Amino acid sequence: MAVLTREETEALIAEVLEVYPDKAKKDRAKHLAVNDQSVEQSKKCITSNRKSLPGVMTIRGCAYAGSKGVVWGPIKDMIHISHGPVGCGQYSRAGRRNYYVGTTGVDSFGTMNFTSDFQEKDIVFGGDKKLAKLIEEIEQLFPLHKGISVQSECPIGLIGDDIEAVSKKASAAIDKPVVPVRCEGFRGVSQSLGHHIANDTIRDWVLDKRDGKAYDSTPYDVAIIGDYNIGGDAWASRILLEEMGLRVVAQWSGDGTIAEMMNTPKVKLNLLHCYRSMNYISRHMEEKYGIPWMEYNFFGPTKIIESLRKIADFFDDSIREKCEQVIARYQPMMDEIIAKYKPRLQGKKVMLYVGGLRPRHVIGAYEDLGMEVVGTGYEFAHNDDYDRTIKEMGNATLLYDDITGFEFEEFVKRIKPDMVGSGIKEKYIFQKMGIPLRQMHSWDYSGPYHGYDGFAIFARDMDIALSNPVWHNMTPPWKKAEPEAAQKAA
Amino acid sequence: MANIMIRQADNGGLVFYLPKRDLEASIQSIEFDSPEKWGGELKLDNGGAYYIDPIARPPRLPISLRAKRLGAAED
Ligand code: SF4
Repeated sequence: MAVLTREETEALIAEVLEVYPDKAKKDRAKHLAVNDQSVEQSKKCITSNRKSLPGVMTIRGCAYAGSKGVVWGPIKDMIHISHGPVGCGQYSRAGRRNYYVGTTGVDSFGTMNFTSDFQEKDIVFGGDKKLAKLIEEIEQLFPLHKGISVQSECPIGLIGDDIEAVSKKASAAIDKPVVPVRCEGFRGVSQSLGHHIANDTIRDWVLDKRDGKAYDSTPYDVAIIGDYNIGGDAWASRILLEEMGLRVVAQWSGDGTIAEMMNTPKVKLNLLHCYRSMNYISRHMEEKYGIPWMEYNFFGPTKIIESLRKIADFFDDSIREKCEQVIARYQPMMDEIIAKYKPRLQGKKVMLYVGGLRPRHVIGAYEDLGMEVVGTGYEFAHNDDYDRTIKEMGNATLLYDDITGFEFEEFVKRIKPDMVGSGIKEKYIFQKMGIPLRQMHSWDYSGPYHGYDGFAIFARDMDIALSNPVWHNMTPPWKKAEPEAAQKAA
Repeated sequence: MANIMIRQADNGGLVFYLPKRDLEASIQSIEFDSPEKWGGELKLDNGGAYYIDPIARPPRLPISLRAKRLGAAED
């Protein structure tokens, strides 16, 4: 049950919207909703994927962030050039914690920042020559890289550089893929279009490069799509699949390589974790190569078991059998964790505001711990994401799309959750309000949270955040002492 | 005209997908649905309607096609 009734939640939304001018109020009202599980189509209650209002604090990113930061960035054996001024790449460098194995600077480049560092003269005279030279230098300095992607920042699109021509020429010269990506930050309303553009460039420049080549496949080949290995997430997922007898051919794109991507058209099933950022390529592979895809959820034992069984159903009895063995093997460990943490966390209320898949995927994990998600929202979702969210959320809970800083604070003040799950920009605002916050983008420098091993860490992290003694010391001593002092004086 | 993709839904029905706008909706009715003639007007559950030139029923879904929007744009 939610903390507020449907009417109260509606009243709360109306109250929070009160401060906006009429036009803004009308616009924002469409992005806030009270969840109603009977609604089949989210567009009836919530609008998403629209331009943010000028003047409000939004928590969204840009298309470059979606392409370079999310989809392309984690491919470890490629060099991703942040093409344009230095800031876009430098301020986002290595912030996402996509773990990988490899020697950075020799055969892996995940945490490095490569940029063409545009100066005024490059804007005036164009940067194509600089890009060509940069690729030459990369080839000399890092000969073990397996390919290059050119991630356009805003100015590239504005000055009309022809990065496609440079890339084609450079690719022929160094005999490695060079992929031009038109992901200038101004495209689209959020990072979401960047995901789409990145998927399309993978489709056009990478995916079919090994078609027709011999490949030793097995009937149990699968690919993990849309797992960015934050804090090791993909590894914690991968071992479960391997334990049940499947062969994981590719990881898209956390700890992934370009060769894995080229081999993905040979798999039997695509397993899609982050639907938002990689459904595009899955749809393409379904059409072109006839590879089915399914969404799964590896957060918390309930969802893991559900997903493992669903995955096993695509294969024969031997896999189904091993799947049950895996579930049985981990069950005691799960029981132990739940026995330990559930009594401490039972009934605690959480509000989430993240991106991608987490606003709906982690709900199950919280529920396994006896906690309740009373509000959730996405930075850059589309209607199909909310379609999938409505059923996961309780009735009369709050849904918010592209929430503004102001609205988020007001909602938290009124709903008073025991914990908020969001990002670094929100963290200290809410902690100063006395509400523990766990970063649910980067797992607050912890993780992995996927899979059985991840759930153990998730449960512990939620407990340390909530049980931290600091939350009992929110009132300063001089304020605490006041009633006593007042009594004495009287 | 826009590129669309039609795929089989898990529940047996058809799903309409418009990549350009990232719009996913289930197809409530399809005008022609026989092996030789398949397509025509598609009614979507979000209220929208699209037209695809009738073709022989594709042997395998999903399939990408060109479609024309009928009526006003839906969200
Ligand atoms: S919006 Fe443009 S300038 Fe800003 S980070 Fe994105 S690509 Fe760079």
